[in-house]
Amino acid sequence: MSELLTLSGVHTHIGRYHILQGIDLVIPEGRTTMLLGRNGAGKTTTLRTIMGLWQASSGQIRLAGERIDQRSTPEIARLGVGYVPETMAVFSDLTVRENLVLAARDGPLDDKQLDWVFGFFPALRRFWLSRAGSLSGGQKQMLSIARAIIEPRKLLLIDEPTKGLAPAIVMALIECLREIKRKGATILMVEQNFFAARELGDNVLVMDNGTIVHRGEMELLAADVALQERLLGLSLEAHQ
Amino acid sequence: MTDLAASDPLPKPKRDVAPVLLPVALALVMIPFVGSTSSWVTLTIASLAMGMMIFIMASGLTLVFGLMDVLNFGHGAFIAVGAYIATLILLPLAGSLQADSLWLNLAVLAPAALLAMAASGVLGLVVERVLVLPVYGQHLKQILMTTGGLIVAEQMLYALWGPQIIPLPLPASLRGSVIIGDIAIAKYRLLAMLVGLVVYVAIELTLNRTKIGLLIRAGVENREMVEALGYRIRRLFLGVFMTGSALAGLGGVMWALYREQVHASMGGDLTVLIFIVIIIGGLGSISGCFIGALLVAMVANYGGFLVPKLALVSNILLMVAILMWRPRGLYAVTSR
Amino acid sequence: MMILSGDPPRSRVLSILLVVIILALAATPFLFPGAKAMNVAAQICIFAALVASYDLLLGYTGSVSFAHTMFYGIGSYAIAIALYSMGPVWAAVATGIAVGLPLAALLALAIGLFSLRVAAIFFAMVTLAVASAFQVLASQLSWLTGGEDGRSFQLPELLRPGTVLISKSLIGFELNGRVLTYYLVLIAAATMILCLLRVVNSPFGRVLQAIRENRFRAEALGFRTVFHLTYANCIAALVAAGAGMLNALWLRYAGPDTSLSFTIMLDILLMVVIGGMGTIYGAIIGASIFILAQNYLQALMGAASKAAADAGLPLLPGLLHPDRWLLWLGLLFIASVYFFPTGVVGRLRGAGSAKH
Repeated sequence: MSELLTLSGVHTHIGRYHILQGIDLVIPEGRTTMLLGRNGAGKTTTLRTIMGLWQASSGQIRLAGERIDQRSTPEIARLGVGYVPETMAVFSDLTVRENLVLAARDGPLDDKQLDWVFGFFPALRRFWLSRAGSLSGGQKQMLSIARAIIEPRKLLLIDEPTKGLAPAIVMALIECLREIKRKGATILMVEQNFFAARELGDNVLVMDNGTIVHRGEMELLAADVALQERLLGLSLEAHQ
Repeated sequence: MTDLAASDPLPKPKRDVAPVLLPVALALVMIPFVGSTSSWVTLTIASLAMGMMIFIMASGLTLVFGLMDVLNFGHGAFIAVGAYIATLILLPLAGSLQADSLWLNLAVLAPAALLAMAASGVLGLVVERVLVLPVYGQHLKQILMTTGGLIVAEQMLYALWGPQIIPLPLPASLRGSVIIGDIAIAKYRLLAMLVGLVVYVAIELTLNRTKIGLLIRAGVENREMVEALGYRIRRLFLGVFMTGSALAGLGGVMWALYREQVHASMGGDLTVLIFIVIIIGGLGSISGCFIGALLVAMVANYGGFLVPKLALVSNILLMVAILMWRPRGLYAVTSR
Repeated sequence: MMILSGDPPRSRVLSILLVVIILALAATPFLFPGAKAMNVAAQICIFAALVASYDLLLGYTGSVSFAHTMFYGIGSYAIAIALYSMGPVWAAVATGIAVGLPLAALLALAIGLFSLRVAAIFFAMVTLAVASAFQVLASQLSWLTGGEDGRSFQLPELLRPGTVLISKSLIGFELNGRVLTYYLVLIAAATMILCLLRVVNSPFGRVLQAIRENRFRAEALGFRTVFHLTYANCIAALVAAGAGMLNALWLRYAGPDTSLSFTIMLDILLMVVIGGMGTIYGAIIGASIFILAQNYLQALMGAASKAAADAGLPLLPGLLHPDRWLLWLGLLFIASVYFFPTGVVGRLRGAGSAKH
């Protein structure tokens, strides 16, 4: 199993704040890595730094061996990184179709690929010509994910896809992501919902105060309640 | 696969038509006040023509702001520069312009307008690279830089062309009016309306039917996500900036012909009007800008006819009224 | 220290510079007799106060207003119209103040409540629109304002140049009404600047800076930012109107060119940027540099233009013509934002603290 993404000694400052304080991590190809941690630990900043939306102030980020920490966001996206931000960020003024047209950067929408996506998210086919702003929260999340997978990507960065969604929708979303995973995607996903994390994750990273404090197999963490409590606190129980 | 939330009722897309009806309502309400139908038609046509010209000048500014949060206080410079550059063709070829042949007139006007647009567009390129690029994201500095740019451009025009007003007579075939019954419609106003409509339709089609347009609309809403999809938004922005500048140049030529004179201060003078238009319209919205321009022109024309004294502050009153109704303008852009 | 509200210049060079400027201003009637020198000095005083009040807005709250000359003009016209219509009596001066200051404050309140609610960028555009409407209004209401000609008026007896208080034979220097007016201007301007210094160093001033740094955070901390910004806008308007009153008293005239024109607005902006935003002291430095340059450099430009014309150079005579003064101003403006963003005061303070 080869390493797709590596971060070594990455620091990120936002204004006066030192958010990432030396991140070292490895994302193996073809696996789903869960990034856990309490609020403010730096999970979203980690994804944004990989995406080039925040500039790393020091350290190295490599995608398939190539340095990307000095690259601009569009360049990083063109190297095959798909990004699903925490806020979903669908273009609400545009239709579902237009959102996907923009996501398929290199040309017209590929029918086969589209059918593949519709397989996961039939709702998108139904609301094809509706304004994205009029979709429900779950549908927006699907559109946001669909945008990230409409073209083949090397790596998917997904930030808290289950946030704010009703439990039934969360279940369905997990099914979708599992399916995407089965197709061999490499995913780095931030998740607060430990249930979702356990369902989807192969590997797990836990962050605190801008550093990685735990690396391991998801199965091991899922089985070790004491470790969960030590790393993630009791609040996790509430999620289950 | 589970069909997620399939049972959710999808809210019908809301068409916000109230702003569109506003100018129509205003025009209709004015009928009894103006009294005679012929005056009303004349005033309404005058409003539409003036509104279209203002729209052409303002459209670029509102997109530039919407897309990149850049407020260009020097936008007026493109207007004045466009008008002056056009005189380079219009004045030497005044002979052909005074010939009473529409085609000959247009054969001179069209290249003049194109040259003006090219010059303003190139100036836009320079301004974006030199004055705007170094201060992205810093409103205060943007205002200072672009205000400085406006002064420099205006003064350069004075230095190169002299401080006097340059008369710019209308081409022979565009002078006078078309008479229908007892209604007189100035020919030039018809042309201005036509050009304005073409520009408006072209912008709307670009924004709604092309990938570039989709990107602009998406970028206005969330430029970060556009970048995360792999598009270089700064390049897009430069294109929008240059196009907006070129349109301001076109508007400048049209305005100069409308007023039949060119002066370096015209850019600065029109800036205020343009700001009011884009504030009314909702910063970043093209449809809002279009309606705002029409409203401002209507208030100026009807107001000037009915209560000339009020015309001085009518724009401010209009702005206050609109912002009382919708504090972010007629069509607020979602993310702002 | 008390008088500076605990906010000293914090740089030795700056302190010396300020002391020199203030001494020179105080001694101008003795050192440089003649109308021109005293005119320049009075202008420096008036603009220092005006620019300091603008700095309260621009430097301490980060909001760009283009209506500052409007308040300056309100002050000027209030005095001019009162003295013009009531005659040269002190009651007229009092009336001008009693009408002008509340008018400026009310208008500032209205603009602030209306446009500071939404975004800072709105404020800039709205003030520009309002100010231009006001300018048109002032030139159209000629029965009141004298239109383009403005209003000339006579000062009360005590302040007239002809009034000799102490004759030359007594102290070797004639203390007349003109000199008295000058000191009135100087002291009033100094008082206003010291008041502003007090305002920016009060808890209120710190809230303003917090808002400038991060409006959302200030709001989250429970400050009603609109209220604070509007309040600052009113204070700035009051001081600007006060400076306008001094301007009218000094010139014995108020007109569109001397108190309302957009050029003055640009001058103010430039003086703030040159002097250093958010320092108040920058206003004194900026006004001094700018007014001196305006009065003495233009003559130099005229000479240079003539020389260039004599040498047969193309374009240059036009560019150097004294009327193109604004061109160089605009270039200076851009250059100072580029290379000199913290202004003279920021530079001096930066150099001072680097040594420590």
